[in-house]
Amino acid sequence: MKVLGIESSCDETAAAVVEDGQRVLSDVVSSQVELHRPYGGVVPELASRAHVVQVVPVIREALHRAGLAWSDLDGIAVTRGPGLVGALLVGVQAAKAIAYARQLPLVGVNHLEGHLQAIFLRDSDEPEHPVPCWPHLGLLVSGGHTLLLECLAPGQFRLIGATRDDAAGEAFDKGAKMLGLGYPGGMVIDRLAQVGDAQAVPFPRPMCNRGLDMSFSGLKTALSARLQKTGQPTEQALADLCASFQGAIVEQLVRKTLLAIDRTGLRELQVGGGVAANSALRAALGTAVSARGITLHLPPRKRCTDNAAMIAGAGYHHLVQGERADLTLNATASLPL
Amino acid sequence: MNLHSPSATQRLAARLGKLLQPGDVIELSGPLGAGKTCFVQGLARGLGVARTTRITSPTFNIVLEYPARLPLVQIDLYRIADATELIELGFDHYLESGAVCAIEWLERFPEAAPPHRLSLQFAIEGPKRRTLSVVGHGRCKKLITQWLGGQP
Repeated sequence: MKVLGIESSCDETAAAVVEDGQRVLSDVVSSQVELHRPYGGVVPELASRAHVVQVVPVIREALHRAGLAWSDLDGIAVTRGPGLVGALLVGVQAAKAIAYARQLPLVGVNHLEGHLQAIFLRDSDEPEHPVPCWPHLGLLVSGGHTLLLECLAPGQFRLIGATRDDAAGEAFDKGAKMLGLGYPGGMVIDRLAQVGDAQAVPFPRPMCNRGLDMSFSGLKTALSARLQKTGQPTEQALADLCASFQGAIVEQLVRKTLLAIDRTGLRELQVGGGVAANSALRAALGTAVSARGITLHLPPRKRCTDNAAMIAGAGYHHLVQGERADLTLNATASLPL
Repeated sequence: MNLHSPSATQRLAARLGKLLQPGDVIELSGPLGAGKTCFVQGLARGLGVARTTRITSPTFNIVLEYPARLPLVQIDLYRIADATELIELGFDHYLESGAVCAIEWLERFPEAAPPHRLSLQFAIEGPKRRTLSVVGHGRCKKLITQWLGGQP
């Protein structure tokens, strides 16, 4: 079953074709490609969230790269929330128009469920890799979300922990901004931290006794206080500060994940979302869970950030279960899993 | 005025939340870590957002909506590059929706600021010290005495 996925929940416009919820036939994200207009010429680089302009060229490109015609598609999956309503609506309306015109089954997908589907995807020329067995534990860490979930079955999740304020990805990006590394600069912190000493600067270790809830806002405040006192560091001092700040975020994520493993008794863990690309988090989780005999599943970095292949993958499971959305499908800003 | 702790900030905000009317706009400004999200958490409680609902930072999502007695829309313009993006965002739609809008980084787009609003300026005075100054614009001026009437 070949499913066209469409994603426009925040900054990126994306479309992809995925076969049977696993094999990625194409995966197009607007910020990463030069899009060709239908009658020649390249669409110039556009601001984020120009979904109306980008959605049709992105979908056409996804079909083109998959080598498919409209008639080869078996279904459509579109992100219906959570996110920006204005942005989501563009994808939802495009999906409904295509579904109506081509008489294709349509489902709306929760963006967060998409991130937890990324681990099951593989490129069409890539051999099968081990995937998590159900049920398993999910850690979803991105710019907008930081969640611990029991993943019970495809499309079935139970929230067991979350941040009370900033998301982990946001802490990275705002930290980078304070350090003069640009926004979003989470990836710059990751790079600089690789030559820094994570023990150099003490940061608070919040939420020690708050169960599975997390908090990252205090780290931002501590960084701000530090910078007021010492001024902007450079070179090795900057690398040390990046490593220490990153270390505090990663330590909390790992500590809460281990606590979730203890509480649920689950033996497999998957990590999704943009922060799953962070090398310190990947390394620290690897060390921490292998010591306990837990199997860790990490998606490749390119599937951590927002994409439509994960939406097509998640939508596949809803479609095979017979779920259908009609033309009243709407976008929802706040949509719990 | 001085804000002595996050919980004091939230109590003060909750009291304001109880006084707000549909369409009221609260503008929050101040550096990262000055207490803006903390204040909105208290405001949400005052508006009747369920205690179980987590009020998180809206920077990445840009807009977060919370259903309540009076719905709360939290808008963060930190990541908006230019005023034309406000149209795509549906900025005016939110202002006219009858919800209470709490807007961060509105000072980046002075031309988009609604004439009736309460402007809250947060400042960091030390590791644990935060201050808040309040300015009322248009019909929101009278909110200040209702809210802080008994306070120094």
